[in-house]
Amino acid sequence: MAKFNKKKDGGLPAVNTASLPDIVFMLLFFFMVATVMRENTLKIENKLPAADQIEKLDKKYPISYIYVGKPSSRFKSFGTEARIQLNDNYAEVTDIGPYIASERVPLREELKNKITVALKVDVDANMGLVSDIKQELRKAQALKINYTTRQGEAF
Amino acid sequence: MAKRAAPEVNAGSMADIAFLLLIFFLVTTTIATDSGLNRKLPPIQDETEPPVIKQKNIFQLQVNRNNQLFLKTAGEEKVIEIKDLRKAAVTFLDNGGGIGEDACPKCQGAKNPRSSDNFNKAIISLQNDRKTKYSTYIAVQNEILAAYNELRDREFKSAFPNLDMSFVEASKKYAAPRTTPEEKEKLKEKITQIKLLIPQIFSEAEPKKAG
Repeated sequence: MAKFNKKKDGGLPAVNTASLPDIVFMLLFFFMVATVMRENTLKIENKLPAADQIEKLDKKYPISYIYVGKPSSRFKSFGTEARIQLNDNYAEVTDIGPYIASERVPLREELKNKITVALKVDVDANMGLVSDIKQELRKAQALKINYTTRQGEAF
Repeated sequence: MAKRAAPEVNAGSMADIAFLLLIFFLVTTTIATDSGLNRKLPPIQDETEPPVIKQKNIFQLQVNRNNQLFLKTAGEEKVIEIKDLRKAAVTFLDNGGGIGEDACPKCQGAKNPRSSDNFNKAIISLQNDRKTKYSTYIAVQNEILAAYNELRDREFKSAFPNLDMSFVEASKKYAAPRTTPEEKEKLKEKITQIKLLIPQIFSEAEPKKAG
């Protein structure tokens, strides 16, 4: 029997996986560098519209975000009308003034009036709410705004 | 002394650990969108007399609650599709119907006396309904910006032909962090010149209440 057992060297040699960690680490580093951690957890649906005349947001100046959209499926109890989200919570139109003021507090004096407000509004939101927000921003003297959009065909 | 071989560390599980981290980052990554349409809101002013504007210099757009566009310009009123808006806006801005003081030497339009006088006289006004969808609003804004950019590109190219750049490219280069300060200074001057030649005069009226 021993004679038969010895005849086992015909199998495939094992693939050397020593370089696998290197490849995986390479991918890992790419994603670590490319990742931008979400500042806010979204409680709303936020599908951005597309436009093709877009400009990059100037990162030199402070940016505040205002999210608008209808409550996401986990928050059905808040209704189906589009709502505003500031930081991590739902907010009313009247909360925008104080929000902008609080965003301005930690800024250096010369940057206080350079604040840009990025409006991340869902495609299905209606303009009534957006104009109310714009009106509040005018009252708060935050006049630079940016309608955040995806790159793509507008219609 | 006998040489003692250092025991080899089993690195087989390193891949597993790296995979774990990799999957974590894959899941949490959201490629941030931080580009969009930049706009400036008008400051709130005290009640002042609105300036007198000639009717022919206004390109009046209305979007109703069913996302339909209604255009009033050059003595005409019509329903317009979004895809035709860019062309209509360019025709209006580029008309150059002004005479004497308002004459527009750079305009290449039809010089229709019932349409706009000059680049810096032409006003685009937009009014929404409160029920207008945001995507329609962005599409309209996009088309109007596109019309301005088209004309600015043309004027930029004819004013600085040796730069071999369009206005949009020049603005992008100006905003890019790699551009040196000297280049920026040069570009800024040219961009401002074109912006002064073709200013964006865009007014948004308060939206109508949905009935």
